[in-house]
Amino acid sequence: METYYHPGDLAKFAEIGAGNKELWEKFQSYYAAVFAEGALTEREKALIALAVAHAVQCPYCIDAYSQACLEKGSNMEEMTEAVHVACALRGGASLVHGVQMRNAVGKLSM
Amino acid sequence: MKARASPLAQTSEQLRILGQANGIPPFEEKMRAARLDPLCATGVTVFQINVGKLCNQTCRHCHVDAGPDRKEIMTRETAELCIRALAKTDIPNVDITGGAPELNPNFRWLVEQGVELGRHVIDRCNLSVLLLPAQSELACFLAQNKVEVIASLPYFRAAQTDAQRGDGVFDKSMAALRKLNELGYGQPGTGLLLNLVHNPVGAFLPPKQQAMEAQFRRELERRHGVVFNNLFTITNMPIGRFLEFLLASGNYEGYMQRLANTFNPVAAAGVMCRYTISVGWDGTLYDCDFNQMLALPLGFDAPQHVRDFDPALLFKRRIATRNHCYGCTAGTGSSCGGSIT
Repeated sequence: METYYHPGDLAKFAEIGAGNKELWEKFQSYYAAVFAEGALTEREKALIALAVAHAVQCPYCIDAYSQACLEKGSNMEEMTEAVHVACALRGGASLVHGVQMRNAVGKLSM
Repeated sequence: MKARASPLAQTSEQLRILGQANGIPPFEEKMRAARLDPLCATGVTVFQINVGKLCNQTCRHCHVDAGPDRKEIMTRETAELCIRALAKTDIPNVDITGGAPELNPNFRWLVEQGVELGRHVIDRCNLSVLLLPAQSELACFLAQNKVEVIASLPYFRAAQTDAQRGDGVFDKSMAALRKLNELGYGQPGTGLLLNLVHNPVGAFLPPKQQAMEAQFRRELERRHGVVFNNLFTITNMPIGRFLEFLLASGNYEGYMQRLANTFNPVAAAGVMCRYTISVGWDGTLYDCDFNQMLALPLGFDAPQHVRDFDPALLFKRRIATRNHCYGCTAGTGSSCGGSIT
């Protein structure tokens, strides 16, 4: 089936480096450092990444971090809670703009 | 698989499929690039005895295809040959596996003989066997003989464990672990070792052992009051019922690619077949329990049966490998003692 996103394309990510090797290498090295164990565990970072993947709705990231979360020892319960965090933030971000709506309506109304 | 007459019950069919993993190089090619081909033993420190396929559980990932319907179990005569072979060596560890090895009528005799020879004896235990009415004294027997218990527990939550090992297995496992804890297993200062085995409940690699051990320790103690010594993380081998799952779920190629893409030369140098000899229920010798389940006997003119056990030939033997071996060399590596690196 013809689709805009192809699951197999994730494996081609490194081909981006063909356009600018130096920037790709810097990105890779930064990326690896970000996900290394630090004040947060690798498992916690993978759960954050899963939530962000849903917030930015990146299908590649969702595939990659669903697997990564399992491989860091997380389970469906924890991963579902992480997705709800993304959902709450996205929903809350919409709803909080209701204040802007109220401000505008307040200014226009008698 | 055997009871269902699945084509995968034939080891030749499993080997055929493993030889056809698209997009991955043959395992031997990777080993050549890592300067590890031919792979050879470096001496033997583990004498692993698989006493048969009989088990009280039917786990979905079992590489042995073990279950209550399996009849292949080691006889006393073969068990005696094992002990005779062991006595010819100074191999320090005797690792007894199955199936549920405790269901073999010769299990306790084997344990006692191993202990009498001064060897460290390990029981690979599914935990639920300790609760069977006919095995009510088993835990005490293990403790009296200072047998190390290596117990399967894929996850610290019931949903995941039961999905792999059957409904209600998690609760039975907790009850069995508490029983072992009461006898001193897993408790400091008793010398009674209780190690757990985690393997992924699905087509993905295990987490880092140390991180997962910390999670297991926290969750099992907090939720169930259970303690243990160490956690071993083990990769699921793409053979037996796990291979059947991979094929049925459309995960086979992706899983094989994941294993091959994460090939780790350091893990490959430390694979367990280099220091293990594996004996089948009928006395046939193998490089490991996985080769045993694929009916890949020792090659390259090594003795084939435990009655012909010859330490000089076996301790430096060349090891038979196929694509399933990627399972032991992926990521941090995998062995019966957990992560390799």
